[in-house]
Amino acid sequence: MHELPQNLANGLMLGLMYGLIAVGYTMVYGIVQLINFAHGEIFMIGGFGALTAYLALPSGTSLWLALPVMLVGGVIASVLVATGAERFAYRPLRTAPRLAPLITAIGLSIALQQVVWAFYPGAKKARTFPQFHGNPIDLGAFQLQRNDIFLLIAAPLCMLILASFVRLTRTGRAMQATAQDPDTAKLMGINTDRIIVVAFALGAAFAAVAAVAHGLRYGQVDFMMGFIAGLKAFTAAVLGGIGNIYGAMLGGLVLGIAESLATAYIQNVPGMHQLGGAGWANVWAFVLLIVVLLVRPQGLLGERVADRA
Amino acid sequence: MTALLEVEDLRVAYGKIEAVKGISFKVNQGEVTTLIGTNGAGKTTTLRTLSGLLKPTSGKILFDGAALDTVPAHKIVSLGLAHSPEGRHIFPRMTIEENLLLGAFLRKDSAGITEDIERAYTLFPILGERRKQAAGTLSGGEQQMLAMGRALMSRPKLLMLDEPSMGLSPLMMQKIMATIVELKASGMTILLVEQNAQAALSLSDQGYVMQTGHIVLNGTGADLLRDESVRKSYLGED
Ligand SMILES: Nc1ncnc2c1ncn2[C@@H]1O[C@H](COP(=O)(O)OP(=O)(O)OP(=O)(O)O)[C@@H](O)[C@H]1O
Ligand SMILES: [Mg+2]
Repeated sequence: MHELPQNLANGLMLGLMYGLIAVGYTMVYGIVQLINFAHGEIFMIGGFGALTAYLALPSGTSLWLALPVMLVGGVIASVLVATGAERFAYRPLRTAPRLAPLITAIGLSIALQQVVWAFYPGAKKARTFPQFHGNPIDLGAFQLQRNDIFLLIAAPLCMLILASFVRLTRTGRAMQATAQDPDTAKLMGINTDRIIVVAFALGAAFAAVAAVAHGLRYGQVDFMMGFIAGLKAFTAAVLGGIGNIYGAMLGGLVLGIAESLATAYIQNVPGMHQLGGAGWANVWAFVLLIVVLLVRPQGLLGERVADRA
Repeated sequence: MTALLEVEDLRVAYGKIEAVKGISFKVNQGEVTTLIGTNGAGKTTTLRTLSGLLKPTSGKILFDGAALDTVPAHKIVSLGLAHSPEGRHIFPRMTIEENLLLGAFLRKDSAGITEDIERAYTLFPILGERRKQAAGTLSGGEQQMLAMGRALMSRPKLLMLDEPSMGLSPLMMQKIMATIVELKASGMTILLVEQNAQAALSLSDQGYVMQTGHIVLNGTGADLLRDESVRKSYLGED
């Protein structure tokens, strides 16, 4: 069992990434009760935005220097697409029956995949994403991949910034008020349309950070990368209690670690030897979701619906 | 008397169902004006239209000389119209103090805001004792005080209260009514919606009786209290 710390570390990395994406699902849901199924594609577009920024730099630029530029490129691409979707696809449907924006989101998700596939140069196959080279860093109990250092720093930093933003700024308080009672928020003078845009934009920015981490980790981006990542992050958001930003991160971590441990160890359980390995990772992620929802339908940190008034 | 609010032939519909069918009334500066009426008469609909949450199908709303009917909801409070909604609608997962601060969301004068928060605590001492408590855990009466205190935080010219006594004990109801009298004495103009016609009319300068979307009667509070049909329908006498 000496590989346990390594498996935990892998799960942690996966979890930080799921958590970052999950924040976008949860914030948008908390404010407009919409599951933005196109959020996985917002993440994917962040990856391509970052790649585009990297390719625009003079070749030979050090990756550490390029990273901030890539982040800016990714964030701009994601935020533009997310706020554009809000403005032109979701906002006109705000008073329509719930199913209408949901179907729109699914349609948008497919459309965004296809647009990238058709129009981004070389995107019909996976495109190579820059990576750090060099051996993993040996931390004794486990090894840290150089490409994961970015995620290890960026994810907690993002969460810290978000938590402070929500608690300490005027816009953050307006966001909380809008999530709790949108009509009354308007009575306070809060421009809830603007708050909704802020929620979409913040979620998109987090997804772009996650996409850069994803690109570094796997060395590539492709037009379908948002599908599974988005599904996992959505699972994480529900697991943690949809609408709760800390729940999203917690749900991501629980999911990532559970997935990593299940992949590594389930095959050792007597009678389950054929159910282990990476091929079953997604199955275990959803089994975990179902179990948690049976025991705690509101998710780990979610409030009972009655409290949401 | 100068009218602070003038409503003319206002109509409001939910889809095809018209809830307010052409009502006209006014609220004079410094007075308490009450709308009474049976359930479903359209009182809440009227207040929600005044604060921009609903759009009228036709009619005029003139507030302090400006037309309100096309102003978006989030811009109404800055014009001096505050609304304490039916059912209180405090922000449950925020503290009392955070709720009060949201009432002053558009104000920039932090010294004045601090002053007004203290004034709210003087008006409702129980809120001051619990300032860090989550508003969702307050009793109904305490939530009502918070909703009123929050509405006052914008320093409104007109305060609209939708059924502030709903679901309260007689003692708590007296307390709320006494507060309304106190606010009036301090010069506040108030538009009150109440089921409790006796209590509301006795402290009102003007009253309007609504029935299925129409105003069927109006007069001074004292007049309406003496009116036979009002006594029959709203005061439970026969
Ligand atoms: N959101 C809505 N959708 C459709 N109809 C509504 C809606 N809200 C209110 N109505 C209808 O409009 C009419 C007026 O309702 P409103 O809430 O304004 O009455 P009210 O006088 O405030 O009644 P109460 O004293 O019970 O609070 C009612 O017939 C009600 O059913
Ligand atoms: Mg009502």
